[in-house]
Amino acid sequence: MSFTLFQIFNGLTFAALLFLVASGFTLIFGLMRIVNLAHGAMYLMGGYVAYVVAVSTQSFILGVAAAAVAVALLGLVEQSLLRFVKGAELRQVLMTLGLALMLNDAALVIFGGDTFSVPTPQLLQGPLEFFGMTYPRYRLFVLLVGVIVLVLLWLLMNRTRLGALIRAGVDDAETVEAMGVNIRKVFVITFMLGMALAGVAGAMGGAFLSLYPTADSEILVFSLAVVIIGGRGSLAGAALGSIAVAMLSTFGQVWFPELAYFVIFGPMALLLAFRPHGLFGRAV
Amino acid sequence: MVALLAAVPALFPGYQTSLATLTLIYALLAMSVDILAGYAGRTPLCHGAIFGAATYVVMYYVTSAGGNPWIGVALGIATAVAVSLIFALLAVRTTGVYFLLLTLALGMVVWGVCQRWTSVTGGENGLRGNARPEWLSDPVRFYYFVLVIGLLASFVMWRFVRSPFGLALKGIRESESRMRSLGYNTTAHLLLGFLFSGLMAGISGVLYAFFNSFVSPSTVALAQSVKGLLMAIIGGVGTLFGGVVGAGIIILLENVVSSYTERWSMVLGLLFVLTMIFAPEGIVGKIRSLLGRRKTTKNQVSTQPA
Repeated sequence: MSFTLFQIFNGLTFAALLFLVASGFTLIFGLMRIVNLAHGAMYLMGGYVAYVVAVSTQSFILGVAAAAVAVALLGLVEQSLLRFVKGAELRQVLMTLGLALMLNDAALVIFGGDTFSVPTPQLLQGPLEFFGMTYPRYRLFVLLVGVIVLVLLWLLMNRTRLGALIRAGVDDAETVEAMGVNIRKVFVITFMLGMALAGVAGAMGGAFLSLYPTADSEILVFSLAVVIIGGRGSLAGAALGSIAVAMLSTFGQVWFPELAYFVIFGPMALLLAFRPHGLFGRAV
Repeated sequence: MVALLAAVPALFPGYQTSLATLTLIYALLAMSVDILAGYAGRTPLCHGAIFGAATYVVMYYVTSAGGNPWIGVALGIATAVAVSLIFALLAVRTTGVYFLLLTLALGMVVWGVCQRWTSVTGGENGLRGNARPEWLSDPVRFYYFVLVIGLLASFVMWRFVRSPFGLALKGIRESESRMRSLGYNTTAHLLLGFLFSGLMAGISGVLYAFFNSFVSPSTVALAQSVKGLLMAIIGGVGTLFGGVVGAGIIILLENVVSSYTERWSMVLGLLFVLTMIFAPEGIVGKIRSLLGRRKTTKNQVSTQPA
């Protein structure tokens, strides 16, 4: 019983991390129709930046902040490159794929093939006991951050003007623009917000999943699964998708270690066969 | 062109011949990608997985199970078609970016299985051993073998895209709803097109098993699908034989770059970005459009009264 509960918590904390990555991914996909295949590489970059800053300043918070800022700036560079292929969906996707390869290789040049872990503050180290179960404090902290980000994003999307513009843009960007809104600005802000979330996720994940050269494609594939299941541009979809993917992955690894990947993507593929746009997605 | 290809072992002996063999194998993969990307209008990112699945089956059957290479070939190709069938059933209803994402994810499943199912696939270490039949062990003879198979397969693909069926696929690329209202069963067309493309990728995967005598998860990884797609794109999507040009360029570049630096993946990425910005129609496509423009300007000149 307590083993199952432990696994459920593992699933939930992993879901929180996935949500950090996938929420930015799905917003960018929904609003700008850009499938950012460099999202995983951005996550990895965020992790490395956080590692370097956290090690040199001895401050975890500074590391996370630096990761968010650095990756948001990288996102700005990426977005200006994407302007060259504006309007051509497939060319955009393939270009982000090229950028992912480049970023991944750059990371390999700088950090090599070794595994790094972002150091966490004393307060978050060690286990916490509750319900007669001991559980690592840091993973609970990640779960908390995931929930806080979910709430903040929900408030942003549903209670602010910017959120209203983003939601309107997801439905029909052209009409929003025709009503006199500078949708380009909304695009840039959303893109940088999504990237900053990827950077934060990299810092968070870098502390408990650790950082290594193929971590980017692993997290990318997970967030792809989340967005495919949840539907593009939907926060609720990203949250539910994250929980589904994380649970499938956690229990898949326990029950069928050799076929863990299949356990995630089998249900995803089936879902897609019946709902091609995901749980919360709408036809374009 | 064929004469030139036939003269390769005489002109470029030794290592360069084996590079040419590799180019031909990848050209086949790039062309199989182009059938979907160029003619059916569905850009796939799973062909590395289909290709690699065939490679794995041949390697496992011949080296681990000690079977006959030709039965291994048959099983490898059958596996490729079976994998394509599963992928196709799930993916044909989607279009554009969704198709790309779904095929990417499906390809990752194959990668994940090859990585984790260590008792059969050898995990990270892969499978090693000679799968090539005795009489093909000479590299020059193997080159001619690959050349003949490649030419036959290219001819079949060329006939395929020009057949009424291939033209119907092109119609679906332009407008699926219109083709459907004309009475075509578009889903069945896409399914068959996918299977045919998978068959060709499987043939090239089998040849790769003969060529490489080694297979590891990186053979089925996303990078392999990316490579195949980039070859098709650089050559020119929708030109079929552009795939040969694309494969030649990438293999050559990979070798030149790798002899100077280890940053091949960086160069590949940069190449992708630059191609998307400057030459999305590819080399053969670009030449064609330039020739086409000259032709039309000539026509305009001749029709204008002096």
